[in-house]
Amino acid sequence: MSSGTLTGAKAARLEPTPRKRRRTGRGKQTGWMFVAPFMVVLILMLIVPIGYAIYLSLFRDQLIGGNHFVGLANYIQLLQDSKFWSSFGRVLIFLVIQVPVMLVLALVAALALDSARLHAASFFRIAIFLPYAVPGVVAALIWGFIYGPQFGLTGSFNDLLGSDLLKPFTSTWILTSIGNIVTWEFLGYNMIIFFAALRVVPAELYEAASLDGAGSLRTIISIKLPALRGAIVIASIFSIIGSFQLFNEPNLLKTLAPNVIGTFFTPNMYAYNLSFAGQQFNYSATVAIVMGVITAVIAYIVQVRGTRQENR
Amino acid sequence: MSTLTSPEVIPEEQGRGSGGPSKRSRRDRPGPSGYREKKSRGLTAIMVIFLVYSLVPLFYLVVNSTKSQDSLLASFGLWFGDGFHLFDNIQQVFTYNNGIFVTWFRNTLLYVVVGAGGATLLATLAGYGLAKFRFTGRRAVFAIVLGSIAIPGTALAVPTFLLFSNIGLTNTPWAIILPSLISPFGLYLVWTYAVDAIPEELLEAARIDGAGEIRIFFTIAIRLLTPGIVTVLLFSVVATWNNYFLPLIMLSDPKWYPLTVGLNQWSQQANGVAADPIYNLVVTGSLITIVPIVIIFLLLQRYWQSGLGAGGVKQ
Repeated sequence: MSSGTLTGAKAARLEPTPRKRRRTGRGKQTGWMFVAPFMVVLILMLIVPIGYAIYLSLFRDQLIGGNHFVGLANYIQLLQDSKFWSSFGRVLIFLVIQVPVMLVLALVAALALDSARLHAASFFRIAIFLPYAVPGVVAALIWGFIYGPQFGLTGSFNDLLGSDLLKPFTSTWILTSIGNIVTWEFLGYNMIIFFAALRVVPAELYEAASLDGAGSLRTIISIKLPALRGAIVIASIFSIIGSFQLFNEPNLLKTLAPNVIGTFFTPNMYAYNLSFAGQQFNYSATVAIVMGVITAVIAYIVQVRGTRQENR
Repeated sequence: MSTLTSPEVIPEEQGRGSGGPSKRSRRDRPGPSGYREKKSRGLTAIMVIFLVYSLVPLFYLVVNSTKSQDSLLASFGLWFGDGFHLFDNIQQVFTYNNGIFVTWFRNTLLYVVVGAGGATLLATLAGYGLAKFRFTGRRAVFAIVLGSIAIPGTALAVPTFLLFSNIGLTNTPWAIILPSLISPFGLYLVWTYAVDAIPEELLEAARIDGAGEIRIFFTIAIRLLTPGIVTVLLFSVVATWNNYFLPLIMLSDPKWYPLTVGLNQWSQQANGVAADPIYNLVVTGSLITIVPIVIIFLLLQRYWQSGLGAGGVKQ
């Protein structure tokens, strides 16, 4: 395929030694035959849109003067945009509370599954994982119904208590309501990731620990949690990405709580509404770029820190 | 990323006949305190709370799909109402508005089969290529793939929309399928799985026998990679089946909507000036939307569980 275009001056440098060649298959560029289709689509669907977004973010479309280059003006405007910062602050609060709660619950469930002290463990595993298969839209619809006053459960619950404690669609509760939906969707997924990591801990480690007289708690702290570090890093990265990119759940609940969820409730909703309600494509692209960079940087920091601790 | 360990497969727990907990090999290991762990009721009780939390909304969906619109509004949410209207609701879902739901279902299938299928094929080929061949630019490919895992798909949605609208791809199936074809995490899973699942000796032997690389891939590699491939396929299927943001912005014509966007449109019918609530159809439609994917998950569980065991824990 594209192997012809890629053999160049570089190929000579990387001439494998005879021993390596035996290990690594024949022909230096055969690997490209397998990798090229993926890379072509990756470039077209990932690199090109990123490049286009950067390009857009450097321009402005104005009534007078039309489309013209403005340098970093969009970014400077964004830095001073209180709508953006309020949406950013909201997902940050969401991230700081929802992600740890969800991951700790998932960890507890995974440790319980792995403890060998559970009745019907495989049934629990499958059933708790099941919400992951439910589309986010459907999850938001179901929970929206459950929260709702018309045929939901909050009304029944509040009647039972004789109070109006639960008000899922008020501004004080809305983040909790959304956090609950997200937790419901991804608790089982994270549990499975943690559980899978626990299953590959060598049995000898447990034997050694028990010879040393370690109890369950000690085993969890000294063996299981360290073994989970990689999985926790991965789960954290995915959850951080999910939080910063929050869109589906608030956008769906918006119809139920129109006064609480505005057009800039999360950065992604802001970018969406800038594009589709406001036709401000350049500024919308700027929001997407800034959020993408913030997300990638934080994901990278989590990854580096997690890996470094692993190698200490 | 240099700390790759060998992929290990979660010991099979399913398919061992009636297999109660005591039949499982690894479950029989002595507990940390040296004796076989006793089953703990307290721990089971904690898990029951998790279980109830996970299943109540699904139970709610099933129960309420048996209600007519009137009894939906009149009866208690967690129990059946007057009469059993499930089949009536299902029939209405499929016939409402000239059977638009059937169109949405067909669209979802199209996006899933071509999008998720294509993504899995591309990720499998590339993962195998990265794991088993050394070639110029391999390190660069690694860096790009790992970097792109951290790039959230939704951040790209708006720029991709703008790009596609320039070249006239919006409001076509391609607008949904093309971005779905990329699964950097899928590639990563196959790659980590392939490193140890396919012995070099086997490939060498096949080469000495004169088999071509393509043939080796399709006859030997694919078979050894199956648990990894099924895992990637399942996660791609879930991602495309559940895709909402991308179709929401790419499509304006309901005839190309997938189920997720269509259901939300039905749900929004309850609001606004010309409100025409069809709650019973939204509930039953939601149920019909999740049934196929839940069945797929249950049928293939031993594959994805072992596949995740291989890839999910590494980094």
